[in-house]
Amino acid sequence: MTPTAIAKLKPPVGANDHVQGPAHAPATLVEYGDYECPYCGEAYPVVKALQERLGNQLRFVFRNFPLSEAHPHAEQAAEAAEAAGAQGKFWEMHDMLYENQDALDAEDLVRYAKALRLDVPRFVKELAEHAHAERVREDFRSGVRSGVNGTPTFFINGVRHDGPFDLGSLLAAIEEAA
Amino acid sequence: MATSETANKILAPGAAAPDFALHSTPDQLVTLSDFRGAPLIVAFYPADWSPVCGDQMALYNEVLPEFHRFKAAIVGISVDGSWCHTAFSKDRKLHFPLLADFEPKGAVARRYGAYREQDGVCERALFVIDGNGKISWSYLSPVGVNPGADGILTALEELTSKK
Repeated sequence: MTPTAIAKLKPPVGANDHVQGPAHAPATLVEYGDYECPYCGEAYPVVKALQERLGNQLRFVFRNFPLSEAHPHAEQAAEAAEAAGAQGKFWEMHDMLYENQDALDAEDLVRYAKALRLDVPRFVKELAEHAHAERVREDFRSGVRSGVNGTPTFFINGVRHDGPFDLGSLLAAIEEAA
Repeated sequence: MATSETANKILAPGAAAPDFALHSTPDQLVTLSDFRGAPLIVAFYPADWSPVCGDQMALYNEVLPEFHRFKAAIVGISVDGSWCHTAFSKDRKLHFPLLADFEPKGAVARRYGAYREQDGVCERALFVIDGNGKISWSYLSPVGVNPGADGILTALEELTSKK
């Protein structure tokens, strides 16, 4: 009846998720993130370093948790990543957004779409129609139900990681869980 | 966490929610009866501006559309004055009222069992009140922990499924 001390990922990683790394990796790291959040920006190279270090021992999943009231570009950036995902380039756009967090206006997003050689008219149309808003909202809802209270929030093998998210801390937590 | 000493004191499900009339802004009064007919979430929290509370209220601000799916409204209550609430609310761009349990200090929180005598502030306590003014769910969080929104949404789901 009460929120539990150990927050668990709901729903678990599934076919709809954006995934890097093998399905049978001993450790799965899920991040709920916001493309405009500076702390997520800090976490971005940490996750890259973890992936480098752990190789196929790690599966990484990203879910959207745009804090739209605090970050005016977050929702559109999340929809842009999903629109790129619809063209098979979710991770390319994900990286582009985190590497350019201070340039997330509509024209910037189009510039990134061009740089990634996406079908730009389709990308622009899907953003204008908010074709991926429901998907982003689903991620957000699942985050709320999983105990995501801010960004970034990480889950390691389905359990919320409440400690710091520097490389050493995450690595230690992952090694303990795996 | 010293939760056990206080864990049972907040009003429990089934109790009638004590009425209140509190200022949300210096010239606006909000009463419990304003919300009759639909669920109301009441979130007592220790103070404006402190980081965890900021997080909690900011989170509820983002989750508002989910609360609205259940036709539920939300108010935050702390012992801060209405001018302080106005400034905090503006800074965080909050779209729900923060009520000032300011004079007599903490009087409403006390009636809900959600006052921290030793600190002179509200507990971090959540209540879901049904459309008839009855408490349908309550939760006392450790004061330093953001309780999130999951418990509230589960309570709203249960309230809706009972109808």
